[in-house]
Amino acid sequence: MSIRRILIANRGEIALRILRTCRRLGLETVLAASEADLESLPARFADRTLCIGPARSSESYLKVETIVQAALGTKADAIHPGYGFLSERAALAGLCEKKGVIFIGPTAEQIEAVGDKLGARKEAEAAGVPVLPGGPARTVSDALKLGHDIGAPLLVKAVAGGGGRGMRRVDRLEDLADAINQAAAEAEAAFGDGRIYLERFVARGRHVEVQVLGDGQGRVVHLGERDCSVQRRYQKLIEETPAPGLGNALRARLHEAGAAFATRLSYRGAGTVEFLVDVQRDDFYFLEMNARIQVEHPVTEAVTGIDIVAEQIAIADGRGLNLRQEDIGFIGHAVECRINAEDAARDFLPNPGLVRNAVWPSGDGIRVDTHITSGAHVPPFYDSLMAKIIAHAPTRRDAIEKLRKAIADTRIDGVATNLSFHAGVLGDPEFTKGAVETNFVPRFLARPREMSHG
Amino acid sequence: MNLTAKDVDEIMKLLEDSSFDSLSLEIDGMKLSLRRGAAATRPECLQSPSSPIAPAAKASPSRHPARPPSEPGLLEVVSPLLGTFYRAPRPGAEPFVEIGSKVEPDTVIAIVEVMKLMNTVRAGVKGEVVDIFGENGALVEYGEVLLRVRP
Repeated sequence: MSIRRILIANRGEIALRILRTCRRLGLETVLAASEADLESLPARFADRTLCIGPARSSESYLKVETIVQAALGTKADAIHPGYGFLSERAALAGLCEKKGVIFIGPTAEQIEAVGDKLGARKEAEAAGVPVLPGGPARTVSDALKLGHDIGAPLLVKAVAGGGGRGMRRVDRLEDLADAINQAAAEAEAAFGDGRIYLERFVARGRHVEVQVLGDGQGRVVHLGERDCSVQRRYQKLIEETPAPGLGNALRARLHEAGAAFATRLSYRGAGTVEFLVDVQRDDFYFLEMNARIQVEHPVTEAVTGIDIVAEQIAIADGRGLNLRQEDIGFIGHAVECRINAEDAARDFLPNPGLVRNAVWPSGDGIRVDTHITSGAHVPPFYDSLMAKIIAHAPTRRDAIEKLRKAIADTRIDGVATNLSFHAGVLGDPEFTKGAVETNFVPRFLARPREMSHG
Repeated sequence: MNLTAKDVDEIMKLLEDSSFDSLSLEIDGMKLSLRRGAAATRPECLQSPSSPIAPAAKASPSRHPARPPSEPGLLEVVSPLLGTFYRAPRPGAEPFVEIGSKVEPDTVIAIVEVMKLMNTVRAGVKGEVVDIFGENGALVEYGEVLLRVRP
């Protein structure tokens, strides 16, 4: 099997980033774009761009059959789904398997295995990966008994929920019965699935994730961890590697746990195993696995020198893993800021529109992944990510300083952005000290400050 | 049993002459979904046959540059979805329309297939066909011009 032509079923910065690696590898590219993205930079960069449907993603980027038809009709050997959209839909991976198109990602079965939260929790336990005390609760009396075993505070979560949706915190056990009934009713209404489970609530946590690559035959390597604790409403804003202030033993155990989980699934391709680090207990717990390339993968690429998209393609092509664990080294520190078309001064309200002027930073150790140039549009139909600015330097301090200068060298006119937020965080003593927790952003935003610089 | 192209053609005719907008048929594990117009292809849409179907034509100039320039006043009929373009109901059959054919808004002009789902495309406008683009069996994109019609 040999991949020569790849259809990219995505848009924005990730489409361009995948196109670049394809070009470097001498692979032909077909971009599946909606009507709103036909003039975008990726559409102009691809060897061929197909219009797959109108702007609304439900009529274009989310249409499984249309994407596969586009691949068959252009004789593409493989589909790269990027992140978001159809990247973690077992239906696309499954239809590709049926039609003889290579899906650059895990098998449909693996996507399903990690997509079900309770199932993934069971796999973690079976792999010897620590999970938070808790579990499913089928009846209220089950839940009450389990709740008393876990102790307060705890979280009631919807099995079908995610990204903070369908979650309820219980501080006193006498409130548990009400919380369970409400959570189940809400989950039923929101997701059509009223199943819930309970987990211990971690008051002081950090979001640390492990990048893995698997050959699909049971061999797995990890590419280190990323700290993504700078989040606002479960949306990551700043990511870095290595995670600052982690003990070496804990870090090594995290890497092992990430690799063990992927090995258990005989995982194929690139994936990320997310963990919650409990700061008070100096321990960590499995959260979930993302069966795709992540937005924040460039920080890992910066310190390892590995092109993760190229590895994805090689694995999908049946060439297995090029890397042994002992070949993978980590040099320096990398930090990434996500630049969104969101007005930091107005509660991060999305601000799509015409980018009249875009000037991005450059320089040694600076990487900018973006599809936005002067005159580009940020359409209102999709997420507001405009760019990722990544700085790489020998030390964390130097990387932050470099990124601060890069943010100051960035100029965007026409749409409001969160650049001022990033400038503020990168200069914040708590952030520069390192090891912030997931409650950092709300506390940072609550501090009095001048918001004069937009 | 197997459905032949001829059977599909006949089933399509039945649907055309009926008052229904879509038809879903399952025979021995074989699934056939037909839909009038071509506004949507998702199977769940087949359960709401009363949903209105947008005409496939628009008078605005095409984005696809490969087409020869149009003379003023001509209407373009564009593909309402990406898929495989068929000019005739089955191989060897008469094409739905030829240059010089007169079309009404509900005249079927082509089929666009997406993963075995046959979507009939209607003219959406009234007039005489002056140009036909799109090769039989080739991929057409969403919004690609299929015909030009002189009103």
